[in-house]
Amino acid sequence: MEKKYGAYICAGCGIGEALDMEGLVKAAGESGIPGAKTHAAFCSAAGRELIQNDINNDGVNTVVLCACSPRVFQDEFNFGADKITIRGNIREQAVWCMEKPSDKKSADTIKEYTQELASDYVRMACTQAKKTELPEPYKLETLTRKILVMGGGIAGLTAAKEAADAGYDVTLVEREEQLGGKALGWRQQFPTKAPWTELEEPTVAAMVAAVTGNSRITVKTATEVARIAGAPGALKVSFKSGKTKSEWDAPAKVTADEQDLINKGGMADPNAGLQPYMAADPAAEDFGGVVLATGWTPANVSEYAHLGHGTLKNVVTNAEFERLAKAGKVPANVAFVQSPGGSENDMDFPYCNSVTSMVALKQAKYVRADNPDGRAYILYQHMRTPGNMEMFYKGAQNDDGIFLTKANVTKVEEGNGGLVVHAQNTLLNEDLAIEVDMVVLAAGMVPTTKEEASINLAYRQGPAFLDLELFDGYADSHFICFPYETRRTGVYTCGGVRKAMNMEETIDDATGAALKAIQAIESADRGVAVHPRSGDGSYPEFFFQRCTQCKRCTEECPFGALDDDEKGTPKPNPTRCRRCGTCMGACPERIIGFKNYNIDMIGSMVKSVVVPDDDEAKLRFVVFVCENDAYPAIDMAGMRRNTMNSLVRFIPVRCLGSVNMVWIKDALSSGMDGVLLLGCKFGDDYQCHFVKGSEIANKRMDNIGETLKSLGLEPERVGARDVAISDYDKVGDIVSAFVDEIVALGPNPFKGF
Amino acid sequence: MTDESSTTVTGGVLVVGGGISGLTAALEAAEVGKDVFLVEQNPYMGGRVAQLNQYFPKLCPPSCGLEINFKRVKSNRKIRMYTLTTVKAVAGGPGNYQVTLESKPRFVNNNCTACNACVEACPEVRDNAFNFGMDKTKAIYKAHDMAFPMKYVIDMAACTKCGKCKEACIYDAVELDMQPKSFTVDVSAIVWATGWKPYDASKMTNLKFNDSNAIITNMMMERLAAPNGPTGGKILRPGDSKAPESFAFVQCAGSRDENHLEYCSYICCMASMKQITYIRAQYPEAKIYVFYIDLRTPGKYEKFREKLMADPNTQFIKGKVADIIAESDGGVTVVAENALTGDKIKQKVDMAILATGMEPANKEQAAALGLATDNNGFILSDANGGMIAAGCAKKAADVVTCAQSSTAAALKAIQASRR
Repeated sequence: MEKKYGAYICAGCGIGEALDMEGLVKAAGESGIPGAKTHAAFCSAAGRELIQNDINNDGVNTVVLCACSPRVFQDEFNFGADKITIRGNIREQAVWCMEKPSDKKSADTIKEYTQELASDYVRMACTQAKKTELPEPYKLETLTRKILVMGGGIAGLTAAKEAADAGYDVTLVEREEQLGGKALGWRQQFPTKAPWTELEEPTVAAMVAAVTGNSRITVKTATEVARIAGAPGALKVSFKSGKTKSEWDAPAKVTADEQDLINKGGMADPNAGLQPYMAADPAAEDFGGVVLATGWTPANVSEYAHLGHGTLKNVVTNAEFERLAKAGKVPANVAFVQSPGGSENDMDFPYCNSVTSMVALKQAKYVRADNPDGRAYILYQHMRTPGNMEMFYKGAQNDDGIFLTKANVTKVEEGNGGLVVHAQNTLLNEDLAIEVDMVVLAAGMVPTTKEEASINLAYRQGPAFLDLELFDGYADSHFICFPYETRRTGVYTCGGVRKAMNMEETIDDATGAALKAIQAIESADRGVAVHPRSGDGSYPEFFFQRCTQCKRCTEECPFGALDDDEKGTPKPNPTRCRRCGTCMGACPERIIGFKNYNIDMIGSMVKSVVVPDDDEAKLRFVVFVCENDAYPAIDMAGMRRNTMNSLVRFIPVRCLGSVNMVWIKDALSSGMDGVLLLGCKFGDDYQCHFVKGSEIANKRMDNIGETLKSLGLEPERVGARDVAISDYDKVGDIVSAFVDEIVALGPNPFKGF
Repeated sequence: MTDESSTTVTGGVLVVGGGISGLTAALEAAEVGKDVFLVEQNPYMGGRVAQLNQYFPKLCPPSCGLEINFKRVKSNRKIRMYTLTTVKAVAGGPGNYQVTLESKPRFVNNNCTACNACVEACPEVRDNAFNFGMDKTKAIYKAHDMAFPMKYVIDMAACTKCGKCKEACIYDAVELDMQPKSFTVDVSAIVWATGWKPYDASKMTNLKFNDSNAIITNMMMERLAAPNGPTGGKILRPGDSKAPESFAFVQCAGSRDENHLEYCSYICCMASMKQITYIRAQYPEAKIYVFYIDLRTPGKYEKFREKLMADPNTQFIKGKVADIIAESDGGVTVVAENALTGDKIKQKVDMAILATGMEPANKEQAAALGLATDNNGFILSDANGGMIAAGCAKKAADVVTCAQSSTAAALKAIQASRR
């Protein structure tokens, strides 16, 4: 697109009173966009008309608007998909956060500093406009809309049916001979309707019938997925017979160091006999998206020796008890032990969530139903029956044959021809020794993703979801607000792999996962990103002639979007990409960039800042700011009229992970005195929307400190700080503290060179 | 986001409620490509979670996820968003509903730049409902710091129409004679994401909510701890602004009680655990007592609980609170029986926090519109697939579960539009 620029500088909201508008117009002119127009309020109908007239009459297609934050008036300043609008934030981040006059600083001085600040924002906006292009969405050559559902239990059956009902073809794969999963072994189900006290007959047979009778759904039982290659919209799936091995099994991840060892014979190749991950299976089937619903396995509870599972006859798990109950009559006197900790701790067995409390209630009802004088003892630390399940619990409490008490179960032993359960700290204010025929332990539900790769991706970063140890092996997103967002675009998880959940929740969860798979396919079809940059039509492009195959981009991409090609050059898979730019930040050769976000653009913006080379009071700092959290926090600080240090220039970035170290060098070599990165918390409770971006940026900053030292610059001149979106009252102090540290060091010694 | 005035679309989805559930349902459907009308009765989006200081167990700010969702709304041309808007009538059936909506006047038009000049000019004040009346705003106000849309609004109950705001506004944004507006949309499905409200604490007469400023609800605690709350984030006793040295959490305040809410409200145990972390961050030495029936911190929440229970200054007592007595020094005495020892406990504290439960927010509206509900007022999705309940309108749930059920609701709505 041949760009025709129009610059517009708003005088509204106090800007005109605080600043010399002519000076700002001049700054735009110096940055190559002369004749900037001003208006009392560009957001008004008259103001927008002025811009629209320039578009209509003069062919302006690139609008530079220096006014309020880009976070507001987005609709008003949208001039159509074929126009570019660049916003310079001179309201929230300049005029609204001006210092109040004091003994230390006069109103005139403050105005002078703010004028310089706003002028730099105008220059940066003009520079950005010059360096940006309209993105052109990436389109796959061929796209398939078919959805793969892995696992034929309640979650998988639901996902398959719901996706089919939305008009998508589905293949449902189940390792076992028949569909139905764990539910096949259930005698009865939890209540799903008022009065919430009665068990219900299993519905799994009906669900299986609905799936097998659906013309959109292909069922493959006794089948497993060997590997999934490709990318959303164009996945290549290799199937194999259930419980067998195949040369197309997904290879384990081998690091570069490990590969060296293997080549030297120092280590056995874990992937011996397997096709390399980049190999194309001619028999693979095409899919667009995947729902992983491979469920759970019952936990092993024999490690709790005092409870006797595996050593004492008639000590069983809840899963084993369900099988007995399904097969016939259960014993008359049964104790249900919900917590393994004895007097030491009151936690449930691992991997329980609240499901095992409800299972105990259900199984207690079997005891009562099968035996006229049956007695069920539920020994719990905390009964977990959230929501309407409370009424199920209440119903059990009203049954004379179900005894419920808080208790520390200290031992189970044989005695009097049966078992004796010893418990302390009960609600009866005395220790108990209960004689029963059987003891049922509330074993948890271990997600399949804990033990195996499950998803079997043929990706360079390995076959499994990453870092699941943070969530005890559950395939959890770790985002409260966005539970479906995995680190593998187009692959969504539901049911037991995510959490121990009951059937009602599983059905909702699987329906949602089906939607996400559909959404990933439709987004791939439009060539736009999915969460969190939903709808973004840009994507990273690579200038491979200069690639040195250092592999940093492929290693650091939080979403595994990059594989290697046969020659070892990175092979991007744009439909896996979330557009965070971590690859761009990683690349030492600076060959990765987006049409509207690239090394040259941000670097030029940095260089457009005017750095006085002879004024020690006017040091200059560039602050790269995560646009998702830190940037809104800074806006909010402005809205609250908090003071912001006027020596700093904020530049929003998609994610700190996208910050390329060359920008820091650009800043320091243009005489700036310090560079700060503001981004999200990282570590176990990370808040980074791109999972790894802020963590990676912090690591890079550690390394650049070393580089600076070798150049004779203090490493303190660059820094990174956590800023949450709610830190609007703190961010000013965080920035000032950094500035003060550098002021104490003195100006950048290379200033003026 | 598309211009509000263009309501002619067929096969679209109406999402009622702009909290985390409604936003999720609307966005997930729109990002598949569906046209969505999203209506919210408040002047701002975000619902209950906008009032929360942090989410459990990550202790991250809800505004972080809201910001992303608002950004998604702003950049999605498939979504038409209406604040101050409620459903008046529904006609038709699955695949073909005609819904009458009514927008209350904001009295501030889209010219508003959020410059704040009106607030400085306004002489009248009102109780700040967003902060549960713990502070005041002017009659013309911004709902909260991160309000979306970032537009001011006038509370006509507090406004005298003196016209000072109108004079102060150089953008001609104030319209004191703005009228309500009715309009109709045709949609194939309706997602009810009308959310929850805190159970009215004054209904539990034994807990004496109205007798003492020292007795607050868990939602009030969220506002007290929030940096944009009435105290700037400092946890102080309402009324006398005392920095409390001792706290009691009263669990199941209304929930699991046939006289109030028969169900378990799902979130209150974890909410109190989270609030203990708020207190600890400000008062490392404060004594904290938690009175509970069961601690419902299942699954991955157990680790969070374990960490908190290791704190020697926090005591967990299994026992339901029978009574709270207001004391002359501004504090209260909490009376309970320890279920394990049988001991009667009278614990004097500076502040008591009632872990009040969740009640469906729109029982009356649901009844008026003839929606199917259970006996507690939670909305039931209909079997034909046109009316779909999501989030806390469907059942008491945490944010993760709401996001799941709202995403599911988006798919059900898309299915309905194919009929």
